[in-house]
Amino acid sequence: MKRLLILSGKGGTGKTTTAAAFMHFANGKAAADCDVDAPNLHLVMKQKGEPVITEFLGGDKAVIDQESCIGCGICKEHCRFDAIERSEGQYRINEYSCEGCGVCAYVCPRQAIALNTDVAGRKELYLEDGVFSTAALKMGRGNSGKLVTDVKMAMLKHAPDTALAVIDGSPGIGCPVIASVSGMDLVLVVAEPSFSGISDLKRLVKTARTFEAKLAVCVNKWDVSPENTDAIRSFCKEEDIPFAGVIPYDKSASEAVNKGCSLAELDCPATDALKEIFKITSELLGLD
Amino acid sequence: MKIACLSGKGGAGKTMAAVNLAAAAGRGTYIDCDVEEPNGRLFLKPENVREITVSSMLPEFDAKKCTGCKKCVEFCRFHALMYVKEKPIVFSEVCHSCGGCMLVCPERAVSEKPKPVGKLEIGTRGNLRVVTGILSPGEASGVPVIREALTQGERIGQREWEASGKEPSCGALSEAGLEQEEELTVIDCPPGSACSVMESVMDADFCILVAEPTAFGFHNFRMVHQLVTLLGKKCGVVINKQEEPYEPLESFCREQKLPVLARIPYDSRIGQWIARGEVIVEQDEQIRALFAGLLKQIGGVL
Repeated sequence: MKRLLILSGKGGTGKTTTAAAFMHFANGKAAADCDVDAPNLHLVMKQKGEPVITEFLGGDKAVIDQESCIGCGICKEHCRFDAIERSEGQYRINEYSCEGCGVCAYVCPRQAIALNTDVAGRKELYLEDGVFSTAALKMGRGNSGKLVTDVKMAMLKHAPDTALAVIDGSPGIGCPVIASVSGMDLVLVVAEPSFSGISDLKRLVKTARTFEAKLAVCVNKWDVSPENTDAIRSFCKEEDIPFAGVIPYDKSASEAVNKGCSLAELDCPATDALKEIFKITSELLGLD
Repeated sequence: MKIACLSGKGGAGKTMAAVNLAAAAGRGTYIDCDVEEPNGRLFLKPENVREITVSSMLPEFDAKKCTGCKKCVEFCRFHALMYVKEKPIVFSEVCHSCGGCMLVCPERAVSEKPKPVGKLEIGTRGNLRVVTGILSPGEASGVPVIREALTQGERIGQREWEASGKEPSCGALSEAGLEQEEELTVIDCPPGSACSVMESVMDADFCILVAEPTAFGFHNFRMVHQLVTLLGKKCGVVINKQEEPYEPLESFCREQKLPVLARIPYDSRIGQWIARGEVIVEQDEQIRALFAGLLKQIGGVL
C-alpha cells in the first residue's frame, strides 16, 4: 500500500478537497485526517456505520490539593510556564498553560501537588467499508503531534489490502505536520498562487526536506494569478520537485463541500483538473 | 486595546483581516503570531527591520560531575533524556525546557544553554509597528516564538508611547471614536484551536472570528468560537468571501447572539490584490470604510 500525504503550508488552499477527490478516484479504502486541530475530511467522506471512539491521553496536568497546600508559593516560583496563579489567597493551576512537567510537584514541601492524566482529545475510527481514522484535539491542548501519530497508526493498522492510503494533513510546518510526514511515500503539496502561498510553500519544502520527504506540488485556483503560478512552477523546477498540475478556480468546489460531497462526484473543470493531477500523482507513487 | 483575529480554518482570511485592520488604524502594533506561516509582513512590507533571535533553553550535562544516577532521565516526563554511553543526552525536539533535570541533579551537573528556534522581525510601516514571529523550519513548537512576539510587541508599544507622550493622530481611529492615547494592538493568530492559538489570544480584549461561509469553514469556526467562549472573551464575526449567505452559519450567529460585524463579499479583484500582497484598504475606498467601521464597532463594544 502506498501512502500519500496531502499538505499545503498555507491553510485553506484545498488540501481536504483534494484528499476527498483522490479517495473517490482511487475508490480508496484507507484514509486518515491528520488535521487534528481543525478536522474536516469527515464532512465529505460519507463514512458508514458508527466509529470506535477512544480517548486521547495527552500530557499530564498538575492539581493542587487545597487541604494540604500551605500557600508557600514555591511551586509558582519554579513554574516555567506561568501556569500557577494566585487568587483569593489560593494557588491554582491554569490547565491551559500547564505542560505537565512535574516540577511543581517535585518542589512542593507538602506533597500537595499531584499530576493527573489529561484527556486531550478524542479519536474516531470507522471500520465499515475500509478504514477512516480521524480525531479532534480538545480546545487549547498541545501534544497534537502525538495525536497525529496515533491517527495515522490506527489507519495503517486497520487498512485492508488496498493500493493507496490518503492522509489529509495540517497547515503550517510545526509538530502536527512533522509528525504526519514520517513513513509517507509521497507528500503532495497543494499550493496557492499568492505571495503568502509561495512563502508558505517554500517554508514547507524546507521543513519536509529536513525530514527527507519525497515531494510533488500542484497549484489550486491557478487562474487567480497566472504570474504567481509561473513563479511556483519555476521554483519547483529549481528545487527539482515534480509539478503535478493546476486546478482552476471553480465555484462548484464550495458548493460540493456545502452539500457534503466530494468534488469528484461533480462534472466541472476543477474535477477534470484533479483527475489529471491524480493520474500524475499515481505515476509518481508507482501505481498503474 | 488588543484585538485578536482568528478563524479555526486556515485560509479564511485572518491575515487579511488583521493586516487591513491595522492598516486602517494606521498606528499601534501589528503582531503576527502565526509563526509557522508569518505572512502579514508580505502585505505590510515593514521598513527599518531589526531581528531578535528567539531561543529555548536546553540542558547541558557536565560529564566530569555526572555520576550516572539517572535521576534526570527518570524525572523527565517528556522522555527527552536518555542515558547513553554513560551520560545523559537530550532530544531537543521533545524537551519542554521545564528545568526539571537541573533541579533534580544532586551533583549540579546540569546547566542550560539557549538553542535558537526562531526569530522576530520588528519594523515599521509609517506609524504602525510590525512585529513578526518566525518559527525556524524543522522546529516543532511555535509557542516560545509567540510568547516573545507578544512580549516584545507590548514592550516596544509601551516604550514608544511613553517616549512620544501620545500616539500620533490618525483619521480612521478618531473616526472610530477610540481614545487617541489608547494603545492599539492587532494580533494575527495561527489557525486551529490548539495551544498556540490559546497562547496568542490569552491577553486579547476582543476576538474577531473570521468565518468562511462553507461547511468546512463553519465547522472550524464553531471550534474557535468554543475556545474564545471558554476563555470568556468578547467576540464578533467577520464573514469573508461571501457569495450566498451560508444558512447554518447565519442561524448559529443568531442563536449565539454573535454580532456579525462585517461581511466582505467574494470579489475577484480582492483575490488578485491579496495574491499580489496588496493592503486592500489602500486599494478601495469602500473597503477602507468597511474596516474603519469595524474598528468603530469594536471600540463601541468594548
